[in-house]
Amino acid sequence: MEFLFNLISGISLGSIYAIIALGYTMVYGIAKMLNFAHGDVIMVGAYICFFATARYGLNPLLGVLLSMVVCTVLGIVIERLAYKPLRQAPALAVLITAIGMSYFLQNAAQLLWTSSPKVFPSVVKGSVKLFDGALSVSFVTIVTILVCVIIMVALVLFVNKTRIGKSMRAVSEDKGAAQLMGINVNSTISLTFAIGSALAAIAGVLLCSAYPTLVPTTGAMPGIKAFTAAVFGGIGSIPGALIGGILLGIIEIFAKAYISTQLSDAIVFAVLIVVLLVKPTGLLGKKVSEKV
Amino acid sequence: MAMLEVNDINVYYGSIHAIKGVSFEVNEGEIISLIGANGAGKTTILQTVSNLLHSKTGNIKFLDEEIHHLPAHKLVPMGLAQVPEGRRVFSQMSVEENLELGAFTRPKANIKEDMEEIFERFPRLKERRRQLAGTLSGGEQQMLAMGRAMMSKPKLLMLDEPSMGLAPLLVEEIFDIIKSLNERGTTILLVEQNAQMALSIADRGYVLETGKIITSADAKTLLNDDVVRKAYLGG
Ligand SMILES: Nc1ncnc2c1ncn2[C@@H]1O[C@H](COP(=O)(O)OP(=O)(O)O)[C@@H](O)[C@H]1O
Ligand SMILES: [Mg+2]
Repeated sequence: MEFLFNLISGISLGSIYAIIALGYTMVYGIAKMLNFAHGDVIMVGAYICFFATARYGLNPLLGVLLSMVVCTVLGIVIERLAYKPLRQAPALAVLITAIGMSYFLQNAAQLLWTSSPKVFPSVVKGSVKLFDGALSVSFVTIVTILVCVIIMVALVLFVNKTRIGKSMRAVSEDKGAAQLMGINVNSTISLTFAIGSALAAIAGVLLCSAYPTLVPTTGAMPGIKAFTAAVFGGIGSIPGALIGGILLGIIEIFAKAYISTQLSDAIVFAVLIVVLLVKPTGLLGKKVSEKV
Repeated sequence: MAMLEVNDINVYYGSIHAIKGVSFEVNEGEIISLIGANGAGKTTILQTVSNLLHSKTGNIKFLDEEIHHLPAHKLVPMGLAQVPEGRRVFSQMSVEENLELGAFTRPKANIKEDMEEIFERFPRLKERRRQLAGTLSGGEQQMLAMGRAMMSKPKLLMLDEPSMGLAPLLVEEIFDIIKSLNERGTTILLVEQNAQMALSIADRGYVLETGKIITSADAKTLLNDDVVRKAYLGG
């Protein structure tokens, strides 16, 4: 029973990583950059939802929606102000800017909302008892997994079936050729940041519903783990983000439960290193396409 | 009236002066060939007309409108399409998806019909409509790249070395298609190293050497020109 409980917890935590990892992987796929500020957008999303629901008594669902809207705008603004001017700059300059943006968001949060922890009220309360009460699973855990599945299915359909989704794939493969099709590359990149950031808001709310302590650095560690999950699954791949995220969540929870709480993060990263040694492009990473 | 007017463009890659004061024009209904050896600057010129690269001087007019300050994606709906060097099909996407993207700027309604028209012209693409473009042969990729550009219903189609790396029989097939496209009303700007082929279907030609146009004339005149014959037609 304990095993099952850990497995469900792992999948649920992994679902949050997967939702965050989607933001990393989509932005990487389209803009070819690592947006290290992505984790901190999660934190902003959680704060917005916190103030909306706990302070102003908004309905949790409206709180989530508001937080998605704010994060979407934030994501677009970050891209326009910080990354777009560096479109032609070396990758290292963009990376450093992203790290700077991450600290900027954390410090801004500290100024605005102080560093004293907020207790985040879960957006879904209660739990369900299974096997005559031997197993108790909170609704947040279940909702998290469901939301992750819904997001994945929706995103895969969007990217593969819609016109805009196809134009995103075209931009990710060859920006010049995409422009020759009449695709606006700048607005495609903006859209990618918008989607990633809206998902970050959802992830922030789910994360804080499961782990209710909210501080300005709340997004940092999950952000790094989700980035790891994205690389683990194969950066640039949407299903890879799902698989990488879920596996990472399961490994983390099992390591905590059966090996060592202190070492769990080290174990997670050790697994990543082994996977990358065997398969450098990650589990579902694309081969570099050859020119005929 | 010239459909495309390129006036005195100078294009640089950092400190490399790749295009040096080039001017030329393409009139409606023509096939124009721009020939030159490897590295002469042919691709740079086409990329500049498509606004993927920018000139430091001069101007470019398409249908009497200055286009050099417009973002690249705005040129496609105006009727300017390019089949780029090396085809650059979207290799991770299917043949059909590539064609759909070619029609990205057009209303959705007629896309299916237009795609069937492309398939009629290129039956080999039809057989492979669900195959990933990256798995096609070089010739098939060239056809796909052309079909994709045609999906935007261009008034002016620019082709960058469509014969590159193809077997002679395929080259002939591709050139026949270019000719028939032109007969059906599409103006063509054809960039080629294969001067013989390119001039044989062209109305007029320009010869490019290290970033400068050194001669321009009727295609027939160029084919018989001693200098051109020596340099580009193997004597
Ligand atoms: N990305 C680039 N960076 C620097 N130089 C370039 C680049 N692309 C082309 N060049 C140079 O510009 C000149 C013209 O190249 P290009 O337009 O590709 O010629 P062509 O298409 O006629 O073979 C060449 O000397 C080439 O080396
Ligand atoms: Mg070239």
